[in-house]
Amino acid sequence: MAEVEIKQENMVYGKSKLILPNVMHYCPGCSHGTVHKLVAEVIEEMGLEHDTIGVSPVGCSVFAYNYIDVDWAEAAHGRACAVATAIKRLHPEKMVFTYQGDGDLSAIGTAETIHAAARGENIVAIYINNAIYGMTGGQMAPTTLLGMKTATTPYGRDPKLNGYPYKIAQMLAHLDGVCYVTRQSVHTAANVRKCKKAIRHAFENAMAGKGFSLVEVVSTCNSGWKMSPVASNEWLEKNMLPFYELGDLKDNKE
Amino acid sequence: MAEKEVKLMKGNEVIAHAAIRYGCDGYFGYPITPQSEVMETLMELKPWETTGMVVLQAESEVASVNMVYGGAATGKRVMTSSSSPGVSLMSEGLSYLAGAELPCVIVNCQRGGPGLGTIQPSQGDYFQACKGGAHGDFHLIVLAPNSVQEMHDFVGEAFDLAFKYRNPAMILADGAIGQMMEKVVLAPQRPRKTNEEIAEECKSWALTGKPASRDRNVVTSLELKSEIMEQINLRLQAKYKAMEENEVRYEAIQCDDAEYVIVAFGSSARICSATVEMARAEGIKLGLLRPITLYPFPKNPIRELAERGVKGFLSAELNAGQMVEDVRLAVGGLAPVEHYGRQGGMMFSPDEVLAALKEKLINKR
Repeated sequence: MAEVEIKQENMVYGKSKLILPNVMHYCPGCSHGTVHKLVAEVIEEMGLEHDTIGVSPVGCSVFAYNYIDVDWAEAAHGRACAVATAIKRLHPEKMVFTYQGDGDLSAIGTAETIHAAARGENIVAIYINNAIYGMTGGQMAPTTLLGMKTATTPYGRDPKLNGYPYKIAQMLAHLDGVCYVTRQSVHTAANVRKCKKAIRHAFENAMAGKGFSLVEVVSTCNSGWKMSPVASNEWLEKNMLPFYELGDLKDNKE
Repeated sequence: MAEKEVKLMKGNEVIAHAAIRYGCDGYFGYPITPQSEVMETLMELKPWETTGMVVLQAESEVASVNMVYGGAATGKRVMTSSSSPGVSLMSEGLSYLAGAELPCVIVNCQRGGPGLGTIQPSQGDYFQACKGGAHGDFHLIVLAPNSVQEMHDFVGEAFDLAFKYRNPAMILADGAIGQMMEKVVLAPQRPRKTNEEIAEECKSWALTGKPASRDRNVVTSLELKSEIMEQINLRLQAKYKAMEENEVRYEAIQCDDAEYVIVAFGSSARICSATVEMARAEGIKLGLLRPITLYPFPKNPIRELAERGVKGFLSAELNAGQMVEDVRLAVGGLAPVEHYGRQGGMMFSPDEVLAALKEKLINKR
């Protein structure tokens, strides 16, 4: 395909130069691509492309390192906050962030997440909550809503059988080491803009040494939810947001 | 020449001193008996105020080994220490460290098992340390100290080997070596590598923040394409083969004329060196072969002794018989190979080993 030259004065939108030209493995309609874009833009706009080290999880975003052009460590399932802790302690001048899903950060990695937060590590955790295990084929996550059907809750999540979903953002917000906890989404253009501001604020906190920041992004998994992308956005608004309410849960100014 | 710095110290304490002196950048640990003095000593020495070394108490061994993974990914010299149950919790991390080819040092001050077992010394983790000890085909480099001095020296040695091969290295000690006090000559302070040195020496893989001059580095053990993963596996195996060819270390005590040979490592070897003296006093030509590297295992030196006509080998271990399997493979049926061991945190005495040698080998002929 021939390159189309766009004059600078006609340019209304361009992708971040930190987004690599690799074909994304994410399903069309998935929130990951949008959040990746925002993270790349924030890194670029803050001028941190030579000073950022990312930690990718196990789950759909295991290959995050293929898409954003910074140094990356791929952590074992759930261990990203422990891996990031050491990187930041040994490189206090660097921007260190983790990018994790709900299974990674709030099921198998609960201990590593809570203790990195409690210690007040100067890192950012980007937390993609789509209420399902996407990579393994749509099983129940700790965040799966009551009544929600997944591969391991085929009749809907029943609290007697499967327990209740929980909100790790609320748990982290009361910890002294945590400076910023926010819950965002990217299902509308307005929400994408808000989410980007939140990511930037979290990154600024980490560079200023204010402590641990969590940016939860309530996300869609249209393949796992077995819906079209548009229907997923509607379902998210109708079902996810009443339980996972958007907004800042904590924002320490000092 | 500067005067030697000689101290009287516990094996665990000396690990902490050696870490600082060999220019370690970070220690991440979790308390467990019988090795807790390692982190206690580091916290008391406050190396962050002198060399700049980071010391952090993690919430679990799962976390501490993953902190080691993160630290090692940046090309820094990082380590942890634990004891048997804690090392089991680390096994996931050990596999990832080996898979991502990250150099680091893990100290296992073994205690008796299985399960919570006992806090007394044991060598029951030989299989775990030497045969991978977690999922996937991999090896740790394993060094077995038999004195407080070797606890000290092997910290430097383990870091050197780990970086030479980009592979995790384990110091497989036990509660006896960790807890006993001995004279130790401390190494002079080695400066920590600077960020610039690391960025240059490890530029092909370490996470230092991607400068404009190179492509991004990714530390991972993941490869979904089987054709490529097999090549990675083969490259790892080639590395292990190179270790087997170049890094075998052992000590042979009175083996030249020996008719019988004890094979023992660590604290067992220390005990068995007295067995050799007792046997020689009785006119029994006994030698001791002490593997210093348990992986790579000194199979050729053992094989050569068997070919030379040694009449029998006794593998003396504080376990139910683990290293004896490697001794048997090395001897290859040329001579009988027996095991003698104590378990549950019990140690054997030199005369007990001599009695076992007579019963299992000498009097059987």
